Amino acid sequence: MSYIIDRRLNGKNKSSVNRQRFLKRYRKHIKQSVTDAIKSRSITDLESGSEVTIPSKDISEPIFHHGSGGVNHRVFPGNKEFVVGDELQRPSGGGAGGGQGKASDSGEGEDEFSFQINRDEFLEFLFENLELPHMVKKKLQDSGDFKFVQAGFSNEGNPERINIVRSLRSAHARRIALSGGTRREIKALEKEQKALMEKPENDRDDQRLSEIEQRLVVLRAKVSKLPFLDTFDLKYNNLIKTPVPSSKAVMFCVMDVSGSMTQAIKDMAKRFFLLLYMFLQRAYKQIDVVFIRHHTQAKEVDEEEFFYSRETGGTIVSSAIALTSDVIEERYPPADWNIYVAQASDGDNWDGDSDSCRELLMKKVLPKVQYFSYVEITTGEHQNLWFEYEKVRNTYPETFAMQKIERSGDIYPVFRELFSKRGDD
Amino acid sequence: MKKKPISTGSEWTFELLEAYDSAISQEAERFELDTYPNQIEVITSEQMMDAYASVGMPLNYNHWSFGKQFVQTQQNYQRGRMGLAYEIVINSSPCISYLMEENTMTMQALVIAHACYGHNSFFKGNYLFRTWTNATAIIDYLVFAKHYITRCEEQYGIEEVEQLLDSCHALQNYGVNRYKRPQPISAEEEKKRQQDRSEILQQQVNQLWDTIPKKDEVDADGKSNAPRFPPEPEENILYFLEKNAPLLEPWQREVIRIARKTAQYFYPQKQTQVMNEGWACFWHYTLLHSLYDKGLVTDGFMMEFLHSHSSVVYQPPFDSPYFSGINPYTLGYHMMQDLRRICEDPTNEDKEWFSDIAGSNWLDTMQEAMRNYKDESFIQQFLSPRLMRELKLFSITDDEKQNNLIVSNIHDEGGYRQLRTDLSEQYNLGSREPNIQIYNVDVRGDRSLTLRHYRHNNRPLADSADELLKHLHRLWGFDVHLESVRGDEVVKTFHCPQRES
Repeated sequence: MSYIIDRRLNGKNKSSVNRQRFLKRYRKHIKQSVTDAIKSRSITDLESGSEVTIPSKDISEPIFHHGSGGVNHRVFPGNKEFVVGDELQRPSGGGAGGGQGKASDSGEGEDEFSFQINRDEFLEFLFENLELPHMVKKKLQDSGDFKFVQAGFSNEGNPERINIVRSLRSAHARRIALSGGTRREIKALEKEQKALMEKPENDRDDQRLSEIEQRLVVLRAKVSKLPFLDTFDLKYNNLIKTPVPSSKAVMFCVMDVSGSMTQAIKDMAKRFFLLLYMFLQRAYKQIDVVFIRHHTQAKEVDEEEFFYSRETGGTIVSSAIALTSDVIEERYPPADWNIYVAQASDGDNWDGDSDSCRELLMKKVLPKVQYFSYVEITTGEHQNLWFEYEKVRNTYPETFAMQKIERSGDIYPVFRELFSKRGDD
Repeated sequence: MKKKPISTGSEWTFELLEAYDSAISQEAERFELDTYPNQIEVITSEQMMDAYASVGMPLNYNHWSFGKQFVQTQQNYQRGRMGLAYEIVINSSPCISYLMEENTMTMQALVIAHACYGHNSFFKGNYLFRTWTNATAIIDYLVFAKHYITRCEEQYGIEEVEQLLDSCHALQNYGVNRYKRPQPISAEEEKKRQQDRSEILQQQVNQLWDTIPKKDEVDADGKSNAPRFPPEPEENILYFLEKNAPLLEPWQREVIRIARKTAQYFYPQKQTQVMNEGWACFWHYTLLHSLYDKGLVTDGFMMEFLHSHSSVVYQPPFDSPYFSGINPYTLGYHMMQDLRRICEDPTNEDKEWFSDIAGSNWLDTMQEAMRNYKDESFIQQFLSPRLMRELKLFSITDDEKQNNLIVSNIHDEGGYRQLRTDLSEQYNLGSREPNIQIYNVDVRGDRSLTLRHYRHNNRPLADSADELLKHLHRLWGFDVHLESVRGDEVVKTFHCPQRES
């Protein structure tokens, strides 16, 4: 006799713990792969997972086995023309016939062990040990989200919320309460009946016995008439609506699009913005992105225009900062929103303007935002904007950060630096 | 009279599975296959990968190496580099077989015949499995092991346990008793043993680690002539460490024990691969053919079945790019068929070579062979000259002292016996794995542990030995030495911690 069981609905992720342990053990390798991936992959690709490759010598589980040498006899199938005594050239590369073990055991022949990690794992490694500075204002919205939470039990409700355990418990209690007297009588009668039955036959009080029997029938019927479940017993899970604190963030991408900004520089800036966006996504459910570009004038644009349309002309950075401040005032009250600003530029600015940039930043923008990061993408010398910004940093070391990027390989390290976990200092 | 076929389409249903199973089981009964009860579980390919990753067991403790295995399987499968096995079968009672839902009806029937009646009867009948594994208890033991290791992880930290398991896994091949056999013990004895185990800490302070020198151990020139410990070399390294390593905590001993017990459970499978697969293939072939003879399956069914059967038992020749050693399915299956042929239809050659079985009852002879042999002895006993010719076997001698490889034997009159011995030796685990045993403990001195590798055919140890010594060192806690010896001469030594020069 065989039992046939359908196990297909059982969990399929039995190995996930083991997989996690494996990933943990090879953390170092995986992080290296992730860092490489950031450098080499195109921007839009960052959303997917990544392939991780680990040299198999690092990953092998050694066992004792024979090395090459000594005397080996090995039997092979499929002889075609050999006769006894034929001599063959020893095959080159590795000990010939080094044993019967699998090739992987000896670490020869197999070069690398590669596998896929998924997007979440990829991001986990990508943003490991990074944190958002000055976390997250949570605001109880009056408009926004509600969720239902369990709040005790009620006697009314709709059938889908019925609480079976409570209902049956109360039915049970009711039955006990209502039938208590009757059952007590039944018990007493049964005892008496038993006593009577045990007496010798001739000494039995037959009349009493039949009385008891009749009475028992009546009583048992009475007990069995009690309904098993009464509407009165039904209990329902009581759910109440509670507002959910929602955390929202807005990210301002501010970029210089003046003539000096080449497409290569813009690409680097885009990668930086994208990293920031993905990073914010991990902390906030809802993120607005505002794109502001500027040359001598600042303008709010959509993503396409932001990255790809070409402009020429001079550069006045303060225009963008002023616009940022305006947009914040208009649409993103700092009480409700977590505000992040990322600015990318090649460092060029009209000489007289850097001063007012600083003024604007310190007075109007920085008090309202969570974090302001400035990256300068240039291989040249710093210009006056950088020096003005340095002053800002000295005043607001908590909320203002600036870094320089020279090559696209720098983006990720710089990003890590800007958002690395701070100690308690 | 032909009956109506059980099914005609390729889709399977649970009703059909049952119908096939009961038809096959009737045939199996006719052939006196004695099996454990069957538990057939239908699973998805993801679940199959999970099963792969935990060495085919339905449950196992957690360890990164199983994760690695899983990742590898998943990767290969998703890229289409490998198909999953159609089935996994577990030596337990009831005997659990996994069928994949993707299989066609024919494949399911093939798997039922192969696993549920072929492998199952082998597990129940073969002497190695009977001696070394306890089919009714293995699942319970795995549950215990899983819980125990989880508890240890909670108590001592995942990392600590992982390191210990790493070392145990590395030495798992040396966690089995190769030659000793367990004595059946009574319940009372079992109880006593358990007590002994819990008193193991007490044992630690016994005479082994008593450091007060005794008079008779030091002879005139002050040289120690204390008896070696252990007095006889110990082949079961994990067992020795579990019982004698000075610094281990009781829970660590129990973990070693778990690794050792698991290794011992799998040991018979390693020694009977050819026979086990051969037996199962022989029976799926025989059972399904007898269904066909009764008209219970269609021609289409047989075509599909034969197609996959012949790809399973295909042996690529040595010079084929697909060659990766002798296919145990091929060798086993053909030997089993050949055995039946020798019984039923012996030639003069067979009568000369197998005078005792030629012409005997084939079923009895095969059952007898299945019960009492392992790969090594099975080949030595039953590989016929005819089959050697069919498979065109030849053997190559690789002697490091010679410049060239030499074809030492081929399938001809002069070569049959030696060829058979060579092949049999190839399946002898004792010579396949380096023979390493615990040789001595410097009990009175620095407590260092010395192991000896006894060279067979002068084959050296591979460099992985250094890595392995680290694991031994972790478990033993003091210096570990490994001497590779030829005869009585020490040829090479390994040390951990490593010595200068």
